[in-house]
Amino acid sequence: MAATPWEDHLTRSLREHFGDQISEFSTYLGQCFLAARPEAVIPVLEFLKLEVDFDYLVDVTAVDYPQRAERFELVYIVYSFARNQRLRIKTRIVDGYEPATAVGVHLTANWLEREVFDMFGIRFAGHPDLRRILLPEDWEGHPLRKDHPITRVDERWVKENLGLANAP
Amino acid sequence: MPETFLDATELVLNMGPQHPATHGVLRVILKLDGEKVMGTECVIGYLHRGVEKIGENRSWQQFVPYVDRLDYCAAVSNGLGFCLAVEKLLNLEAPPRAQVIRVILTELQRIANHLIWLGTHALDIGAQTPLFYCFREREEILNLFEKYCGARLTNHAFRIGGLQYDLYDGFEQETRAFCDMFPAKVDDYEQLLTGNRIWVARTRGVGILSAEDCKQYGVTGPMLRAAGVKWDLRKAQPYSGYEQYDFEIPTGQNGDTFDRYVVRMQEMRQSLGIVRQAVERIPDGPIMAKVPKVIKPPVGEAYVSIEAPKGELGYFVVSDGGPQPYRVRVRPPSFVNLQALDRMAQGALVADVVAIIGTIDIVLGEVDR
Repeated sequence: MAATPWEDHLTRSLREHFGDQISEFSTYLGQCFLAARPEAVIPVLEFLKLEVDFDYLVDVTAVDYPQRAERFELVYIVYSFARNQRLRIKTRIVDGYEPATAVGVHLTANWLEREVFDMFGIRFAGHPDLRRILLPEDWEGHPLRKDHPITRVDERWVKENLGLANAP
Repeated sequence: MPETFLDATELVLNMGPQHPATHGVLRVILKLDGEKVMGTECVIGYLHRGVEKIGENRSWQQFVPYVDRLDYCAAVSNGLGFCLAVEKLLNLEAPPRAQVIRVILTELQRIANHLIWLGTHALDIGAQTPLFYCFREREEILNLFEKYCGARLTNHAFRIGGLQYDLYDGFEQETRAFCDMFPAKVDDYEQLLTGNRIWVARTRGVGILSAEDCKQYGVTGPMLRAAGVKWDLRKAQPYSGYEQYDFEIPTGQNGDTFDRYVVRMQEMRQSLGIVRQAVERIPDGPIMAKVPKVIKPPVGEAYVSIEAPKGELGYFVVSDGGPQPYRVRVRPPSFVNLQALDRMAQGALVADVVAIIGTIDIVLGEVDR
């Protein structure tokens, strides 16, 4: 089963506003998603929130595809209480690109983006407090990148902070 | 947070990570003006185990026990969410008998979770008695789990596609006996707390989070409902056959600590009602759908969420067609809800911070993953 095109009044009004900045509207397993250019994501989130009631940012996360030229896929999940509808906004970015922060639209994005930064090393431009959140602040490495082996730890950090000669 | 640490009127107080009232290893840096909280900063990650990375290195089935260890106070709910997500990718549903059994165990788990929450929250505020009562009743639920699948806390109760074990002889009777016994116990808890002047003084008007703030911060679950939003995923987007059960969504008005207490107490009663209904209609039939020995979902991704005891628990799963997940993302309710602590604690007293941490109902295993 493959993704099928998604077309309704919501996609029409999005297409009207954003034109070719949104490249795809699809549904897969009954779940709607759209693919947008990285610079369009925040305006899309803002439009969805202010114009069509998608007022709850459920999650921000990323998926690493190292074999692609645009390595990371950022995924934003939004929900509308009024419509009882959930949709995903996806965008592809190259390593080193700094997507704009969504904190100005949804306060939830603060910690969620910090986690994406922590795990993938994606820096969000304009984020008010972009520090690591789950790992120690001076840790090196972003563990959810596919080229980060599961057993790797930051030896220097372990030595300095835990006093162990070799990481366990 | 503005950097005004040298302001003479401001005192920085470190709370945790080893502190009985932080429900695990949570560190909160409080900025105080006298005893008034001007700002907070949470330091988390002490329990980070890299669960999402582990998921990418295990087969789909092997990962199920790991999710139990996220929110270890509600392991059954975690397992249900992940199994549903993988079933979505496989485009299959568990058989009816399995679904009803899942509902029974998940609702019992909700009650057990709320009992832990109530006991520890009351203890934090200074009421010692409810803790022992709550753990007494929770024990009954854990005994049911133990008899069903052999484990009490991280019980790996569900499998992708259904269940491993059928019910044991006498499960229905024992569950009915629990349902008959429990309402009087909830009355007891409420008698101890609801009209208690100290309890009311410590919770009413403390840690207010309005419906608007809840949406801004993505706060879900009992916290959102206590702010007056009648929203529950079991009603909004039913799964596992929840649309067949008759239950109410309890809501509050003020979104304060007291309302959240009332909402959770009512939720226990509602969950009990669901268990009662479900136990009378367990259909016969298989408990496992046709699932291959090696699960290889077709290439694609799905986001599936359930109403866990603490709020919306979501799994974003990506398959590349192989035997292991390409990516498993857990959207934990505790992590997102905890972010609102700063908003709730503004202007509160230090002692109220303890009540506010308790009322969010966090489990650090889930916050840190």
